[in-house]
Amino acid sequence: MFSETIELRGHIIDSLILPKVLDQILTQGAGFKIKEIKIGQKRADQSFARIEVTAKTSEALDELVLRLRQHGAETVERADVQLAKAPDPGVFPHDFYVTTNQQTFIRLDGKEIEVHPAMMDSAIAVDRKKRTARAVKFFDVNAGDEIVVGHQGTRVIPVQRSTAHTDIFQFINTMVDADEPKSAVIRELGRELRRAREAKSKIAIVGGPAVVRTGAGEHLVRLIEMGYIDRLFAGNAFAVYDVERALFGTSRGKNPEHAFAAGGHENHLRAINTIRACGGIAGAVQKKILTGGIMHACVKHKVDIVLTGSIRDEGPIPGVTTDVVEAQKIMREKLADVTHVLLLGTVQHSMAVASMLAPTVKTVCVDIDSASVERAVEHQPLQSIGLVTDVEPFLRELAECVATAEK
Amino acid sequence: MRNLLLCPPDHYGIEYEINPWMSRARGADKPLVQAQWKGLFDTLSGLDCKVELVPPQPNLPDMVFTANAGLTVGRQFIPSNFRHPERAAEAPHFARWMEEHGYEIIWLPKELYFEGEGDALFGGDVLFCGYKFRTDINSHRAVADIFGSLVISVELVDPRFYHIDTCFCPLPDGGGFWFPDAFDEYGQRAIRDHLQDLIDVAPEEAAHFSCNAVVLDRDIVLPEGAPKLVAALRDRGYTCHPLPMTEFLKAGGACKCLTMFMPQREKAGDQ
Repeated sequence: MFSETIELRGHIIDSLILPKVLDQILTQGAGFKIKEIKIGQKRADQSFARIEVTAKTSEALDELVLRLRQHGAETVERADVQLAKAPDPGVFPHDFYVTTNQQTFIRLDGKEIEVHPAMMDSAIAVDRKKRTARAVKFFDVNAGDEIVVGHQGTRVIPVQRSTAHTDIFQFINTMVDADEPKSAVIRELGRELRRAREAKSKIAIVGGPAVVRTGAGEHLVRLIEMGYIDRLFAGNAFAVYDVERALFGTSRGKNPEHAFAAGGHENHLRAINTIRACGGIAGAVQKKILTGGIMHACVKHKVDIVLTGSIRDEGPIPGVTTDVVEAQKIMREKLADVTHVLLLGTVQHSMAVASMLAPTVKTVCVDIDSASVERAVEHQPLQSIGLVTDVEPFLRELAECVATAEK
Repeated sequence: MRNLLLCPPDHYGIEYEINPWMSRARGADKPLVQAQWKGLFDTLSGLDCKVELVPPQPNLPDMVFTANAGLTVGRQFIPSNFRHPERAAEAPHFARWMEEHGYEIIWLPKELYFEGEGDALFGGDVLFCGYKFRTDINSHRAVADIFGSLVISVELVDPRFYHIDTCFCPLPDGGGFWFPDAFDEYGQRAIRDHLQDLIDVAPEEAAHFSCNAVVLDRDIVLPEGAPKLVAALRDRGYTCHPLPMTEFLKAGGACKCLTMFMPQREKAGDQ
């Protein structure tokens, strides 16, 4: 939303100029917020109102303000942003403005420009000629690029909670602790995901190895098969554990079917080798070597797989992006249109993803460690639910709810 | 006794077009102009007032419309800042004359258009001011600051009624007569909130500039062509003096446009 602050002075109450101006703002499809109002006490006293006017486009705002000027509205001069040149490639100027993930505008030559994309923990690079402003990461900046410094001339619009539709995300920072009931929340979540799928919204899973190791993979597969997952974000280990389980029945030596079954640690490395030999997961599925598990279901049901590496990885298997800067770029791109994210049993990956989300994305974080859940929920304060629980019973119940509803 | 300022129509004519009434193809009949203006002068002179004359100036045909010279309260005079350059040169002549006659001249900032009594009429202690076609609403605030009076700003929406004195005339008993359609709905409400017993003038009578009237206590001097209004005013105890004004209507003016009160009010607000 683009905004301009106007001021009205005079006998604006008796003359009905104030209601007229407010009515005109609304009938033009714009909005207003009265920032300050002083009403004259005596008959001849003049009144004063400072009003922030917001419109969807810069043009609509200009046209509206021009119209309001006729009724005595005066625009309040606001300062432009201050810019400084990046001293070196990959280095921002001192005192650079750090972005949030909220919609942000900057004022340049008296006019507002929206910053694209709304990306957290970035700087803002300004192209004066093209009159564009973009959020940039360190690797994106060249020496001499003009970067916003200080806060002057910047404006952030926090996401407003929708009051039109109520769902389980309506409560700020919902945390369900380990000793609290979860079934009702999971059932509501099932309904929300169903609505999202019907609305062709994009649902993403961010999974940690615990999903596979606890034996929750089969529940996730059910969700994938029912069309509830559009994208999977995971690390090398997640994929490899899942493949190992599909090929050998173990994941990192543990067999979820048998209590206390140990051994078979080498299965892990053999699984990696098999996938490498096939040129990747899709190749293994194609050759019918990989015939089950989460990764197989993803390939079969065209779920977008985004795998990124870490320092501890064995392999890694083909398809894992190991350059972290490159991985960030890919993740950001693949998260751009996502509306719902389930963060399952992974701290590091969840934090990385949460920092890239738009403030409107609804997130659910499930982890056995309450501190991890808390951190993820804090990242998305308006639209998040945290559940402190083992990921296996969570996914089992969610898959069951959804499957029952499907029938 | 009221003091009025008039300007003989020696240089009057339709020499440009700055309102929907004006057409250079439809010029004014000079002898008729003189006769109609003299009719007004004689009628006013016969009532309880003193008429003074400002010397007409060549090439300023509209100087005859002295209501647009400015606004006088007590001994203070705010000269007009005309919107149209065609009339801008009138202002120094009026200001000089007023100064020579002992008035304090208070100029508004020159970027604020203000066309004097044409857009500023007192009803009781409230100053009703029109805006949009000629006068800027921001000038109302400046006028309110100078005189300390309550100013009701109303938007004019019909270009035929481009000054408030063409469609609105307050009366000394607290009411007034007006053509409501010349104002937007907020303006209509604001006027109704501050004046009771308003007489609505019919569209066909308003088109004769019936509201462009000079009110001197119980006498009302107005253009011919408004029998219904005249009857309504008579019922309220006013004596009407309808005058032929056809030649001045060609320029979008009539009795009130040809007259300025000196002052319109002895004092305003807390003065």
